[in-house]
Amino acid sequence: MNCTDFLAQLTDYFDGQIDHELLAQVQAHVRECHHCEVVLDTTRQTISIYREHEIYEFPAELRERLHAAIMAKCRGCC
Amino acid sequence: MPAIQSPVTDEVHPDVALVERAKQGDTAAFEQLVRQYERQIFRVAQHITQNREDAEDITQDAFLKAYEKLNQFQGNSKFSTWLVRIAVNESLMRLRKRKTSKTVSMDQDVQTEDGSIPRDFAEWRPNPEQNYGQSELAEILRKAIQGLPPGFRTVFTLRDVENLSTEETAEALGLSVPAVKSRLLRARLQLRERLSRHFRQKNGGPKP
Repeated sequence: MNCTDFLAQLTDYFDGQIDHELLAQVQAHVRECHHCEVVLDTTRQTISIYREHEIYEFPAELRERLHAAIMAKCRGCC
Repeated sequence: MPAIQSPVTDEVHPDVALVERAKQGDTAAFEQLVRQYERQIFRVAQHITQNREDAEDITQDAFLKAYEKLNQFQGNSKFSTWLVRIAVNESLMRLRKRKTSKTVSMDQDVQTEDGSIPRDFAEWRPNPEQNYGQSELAEILRKAIQGLPPGFRTVFTLRDVENLSTEETAEALGLSVPAVKSRLLRARLQLRERLSRHFRQKNGGPKP
C-alpha cells in the first residue's frame, strides 16, 4: 500500500467499514510511513475535537425565545 | 480504534409515536419533537450559514415546514433525518440568497485535488486542549470550519458534528453514499490542514 492508497481507505477506516485485509495493510503502511501516521493521528483528532466541543453557544434565553417563536408559528399556521 | 459510526438498531424509534400523535393534531406531541431537536437544527443551520440570525430564522422555518408537511412524512427515514434535510435545504437556500459564496451547492466540483492532499506532517503537540483555553479553541474551530466550501462544511457537520451515519447523511443531502464519502474525506483533510497551522508542534517546543 502506498500513500495514495492509504488516503483512499481513510474514510472507511474511521467509519469502521474496512475489511480485515485492508485494515492490516493500512496498519502496516502507517508503521512504515511517518507522514501517514501523522495524517491518521491528526485527522482522528480533527474529528474528535469537533465532536467534543460545542463551538456555537445556545444559551437558555435563546432557546426559550426560539422555542416560543416556533410554537407560535406552528399554532398560527393551521 | 473504535469505529466512528452510529449503531444500527431494529427497535422502533420513540419519535414514531410522537409523529403519529402530531399528525392527529396533538400539538403537545409536536412540541416535544421541537424540544428534542431545536438545538440540533439550530446547530446545523449555524454551521452551514455561519450566521446566528440566519440560523434562528432557519430553525423556525424548518420546524414550521415540518409541521405543515407532517402528513408527507412516510416514516421511511428517521424523523430527525427528515428534519435535518429540511434544515439543510433552507440553509443552502439562505446562502444562495446571500451570494457571498461563489458555489453554494452540494454538486460543486469535487474533482479538484485542492486541499485534499496532506501537506502538513507536523504532530500536534502539546495536545490542543492543553495548549488553548476553551474560548480560544472554539474560535480556532469556528474559523477553520468557516473556511471550508459550504458543500464540504455541510457533509462534515452532519457526519462528524451531528454524528449521523454515512447513509443518513446521504439521505439528508440527496447524495449517494460514495459522494458523501468523497466529500467527507476532503472536508476532514482540509480541516486537518487548517487546524494544523495552530496545533502543529512548534520548532522551539511547546509555547510557555
